[in-house]
Amino acid sequence: MKEIINLPVSKIEEEEYHINMGPQHPSTHGVLRLLVSLQGEIVKSLKPHCGYIHRGIEKMCEKDTYPQVIHLTDRMDYLSAHINNHAVCLLVEKALEIEVPERVKYIRTIMDELTRIQSHQLWWSSFGMDLGGLTCFFYGLRDREMILDIWEETTGSRFLQSYNCPGGVMQDIHPNFQKKVHAFIKTFKKKIKDYDRILSGNVIFENRSQGVGILSKEDAISYGVTGPSGRGSGWSCDIRKIEPYSMYGQVHFNEVLRYECDTYSRYMVRMQEMHESMNIIEQLIDNIPAGDHSAKMKAVIKLPAGEYFQRVESARGELDVYVVSDGNKTPYRMKFRTPSFTNLGVLDHISRGMKIADLVAIGASLDLVIPDIDR
Amino acid sequence: MDNDSLKARILEIVPEAQQEENKQYLTILVPAAKLHDLALKMKSTTDLAFDYLICLSGVDYGKQLAVVYHINSILQKHTVVIKVKTDDRINPSFDTVSDIWRTAEFHEREAYDMFGIRFNNHPDLRRIFLEEDWKGYPLRKDYVDEVNIVEF
Amino acid sequence: MTFNIYDFTSFNRWIDEGLNSIMSPTWALITEMAIIGIVFLLFYAIVGLFLVYAERKVCAFMQNRVGPNRVGPYGIFQTIADFIKLLMKELVYIKDSDKLLFNIAPFIVIIASFMALSAVPFAKGLHAIDFDIGILYVIAVSSLGVVGILLAGWSSNNKYSLIGAMRSGAQIVSYELSVGLSLLTIIVLAGTMQFSEIVEMQRNGWFIFKGHIPAIIAFIVFLIASTAETNRGPFDLAEAESELTAGFHTEYSGIKFAFFFLAEYMNMFLVASIAATVFWGGWMPFHVSGWAGFNTIMDYIPPLVWYFGKTAFIIWLMMLFKWTFPRLRIDQLLTLEWKYLLPINLVNILFMAFLVLMHWHF
Repeated sequence: MKEIINLPVSKIEEEEYHINMGPQHPSTHGVLRLLVSLQGEIVKSLKPHCGYIHRGIEKMCEKDTYPQVIHLTDRMDYLSAHINNHAVCLLVEKALEIEVPERVKYIRTIMDELTRIQSHQLWWSSFGMDLGGLTCFFYGLRDREMILDIWEETTGSRFLQSYNCPGGVMQDIHPNFQKKVHAFIKTFKKKIKDYDRILSGNVIFENRSQGVGILSKEDAISYGVTGPSGRGSGWSCDIRKIEPYSMYGQVHFNEVLRYECDTYSRYMVRMQEMHESMNIIEQLIDNIPAGDHSAKMKAVIKLPAGEYFQRVESARGELDVYVVSDGNKTPYRMKFRTPSFTNLGVLDHISRGMKIADLVAIGASLDLVIPDIDR
Repeated sequence: MDNDSLKARILEIVPEAQQEENKQYLTILVPAAKLHDLALKMKSTTDLAFDYLICLSGVDYGKQLAVVYHINSILQKHTVVIKVKTDDRINPSFDTVSDIWRTAEFHEREAYDMFGIRFNNHPDLRRIFLEEDWKGYPLRKDYVDEVNIVEF
Repeated sequence: MTFNIYDFTSFNRWIDEGLNSIMSPTWALITEMAIIGIVFLLFYAIVGLFLVYAERKVCAFMQNRVGPNRVGPYGIFQTIADFIKLLMKELVYIKDSDKLLFNIAPFIVIIASFMALSAVPFAKGLHAIDFDIGILYVIAVSSLGVVGILLAGWSSNNKYSLIGAMRSGAQIVSYELSVGLSLLTIIVLAGTMQFSEIVEMQRNGWFIFKGHIPAIIAFIVFLIASTAETNRGPFDLAEAESELTAGFHTEYSGIKFAFFFLAEYMNMFLVASIAATVFWGGWMPFHVSGWAGFNTIMDYIPPLVWYFGKTAFIIWLMMLFKWTFPRLRIDQLLTLEWKYLLPINLVNILFMAFLVLMHWHF
């Protein structure tokens, strides 16, 4: 402080100061540290420091068999745990050239979409909270509870299900599954209107989010910002449409695109996606074919030597699994290209010249999950 | 563009390139010196238009260290895998592609952190996950950590 | 109708005469001051604790929750338990902080709100001081609190606190204008600044009805501006917990934090009670001129019930704001004040003056 006081006036105006947002900060939703250079309230630049919960999942995978790896993937992006599992299973099945039963494809797709809905619900809750509307948080979590209950019944777990296994799913769906999913969709279609009423249509919210954090389509592609954040910039990057897997090639749904490129458009994409996910579930839930819940698999899974790559659309963007196999039962090298990690890279670019309050809004609109960054 | 014409176009730019066997994507091994040039041309040429770097992964092949680029073209809807390898395990280095695809900036920092591969002209090459003073590069196959890694 | 069965004037005179008969006038005055001080201290603590409880219940109601429900019936002793916990907590001293200013700041904040409370008329004859410039006094004293907030932010040696304090300074200084001008609108109508007279003038109709359109505009402006002045959501930028962790009181712990906390709720109470007094007639019952029978029935409801009922209603409104709206950004906050509220206010005063000149009010 003393040094600043003694500076000449012209110097003080140039003076930047740094604040550490994180590792413990309410709006980073975890242990992410942003070193922010400020001039007054305006963000000059920002350096993300990650790795506070780096667990070396990629290294651990090299010691684990493929069924074990699945349990590790849950812990990356815990909000789209099921989709992470799905990615590894698809990769193993592709490498072994196994055709999974139709029933499995249906179950997996429904579970993926339920995951997407609950992830967006939690995102919506925390988005509202970051902008100061604390009530949103409870509305979102209240509705998310229904999905967690459905999962608890079928998979035995509420959060990290590890429900997928190579060749199928761990156990068949619970008899109540269809009934409960129907009940959820019926309720949530009513509740989602409340979401719009409390946040989307609010004048303060619109002022806070419109024109904030502009990310052009070119930048989105160059920075590899995928998922709803990329689609908010008008980039059609939905892997469900580009490289359809499971049932996505056979259901009808719209890829939600918006072209305003700001925080508000990223927000609206996610809100619309919840409707689309419910639409997908409605098409599938009554038509789950009878059959086995898993293909016949060998006791020890060994991938033929070679390199494999699998792209899936997780709740926050493109999740890729890259495996180099040497023919053993453990992968030689396993790499996860996680959406939050690449999306974090753009934070500096789009938050320059914005205010601190905008930085919080932008960070929330990118929907970063810290374990997904750090792995 | 299908894989054969893609391969032909890339061989036009880099005649020394070799194809590697892969069922899924066209995989091409490129000499490290030609990497940046190729990447630049791949992005700027209109019929190639590789504008989206999906994934950049470091791989330790035992004797060699490699970097694998999965690159996709949104307009042309084709994907190619470019590989560069080096025998130098003490000071491995490649040219950065972060000036071409900005997403590479973080991925290259990760590869540097985990494999010790240096990227020339990278704007901010620091460790990303581990501390600055961490010894060794954990994802290399010859990395030893007697405390945390238990061998069975 | 001048008769009021709930008049505290005679009660006050009885205490005054009783004290004067047993001791010298100087000592009597000192004793009276001490009594008033103790009464206000108790009142302050009780209202503060009750408001914290009320806010938690209202917030729970808005958020599909139950709220405090463990300590005592319906959790009514929860805030007392919290307060005891805060009392026993360690006071953390910050390295390189300005010790003197750091320690003084919470007292400045709490004293400012305490002083302003003394001019509020709770019922006829039930007020500590009846200034003839009551409104000016309240505006002046209540804005002293910002000094405490600025000191707290500055002396904490924490950048978040400093940002929070600076925001708070800009915010309170700006919104002070709107608060003052909207009260001025009513002063134009009332022609006095003395609280007791303002209340007395509303005997045959509250000002919000008497001054109709400009009074309603002034009330809305006052409500917005005073919510901003008390640093409450959606204007809680000074402590914006998602941006600045807790703003100016980040580094405070234990009882010093409790002081800030209590002062915030007391400021809310103060603002609500001024709104109730100036716009809604304070302790004055609901009267319609000409309906003598109705007015008599209304007079039987004690003024304290009227007063606290109105205040509680306005506090409830402010709580609803906080738990409904997201937070504004600092530039939007200042834009709202300087580009919208202030011009509206100035035009509104002219409108009111015109109305008074033409005798178009009731």
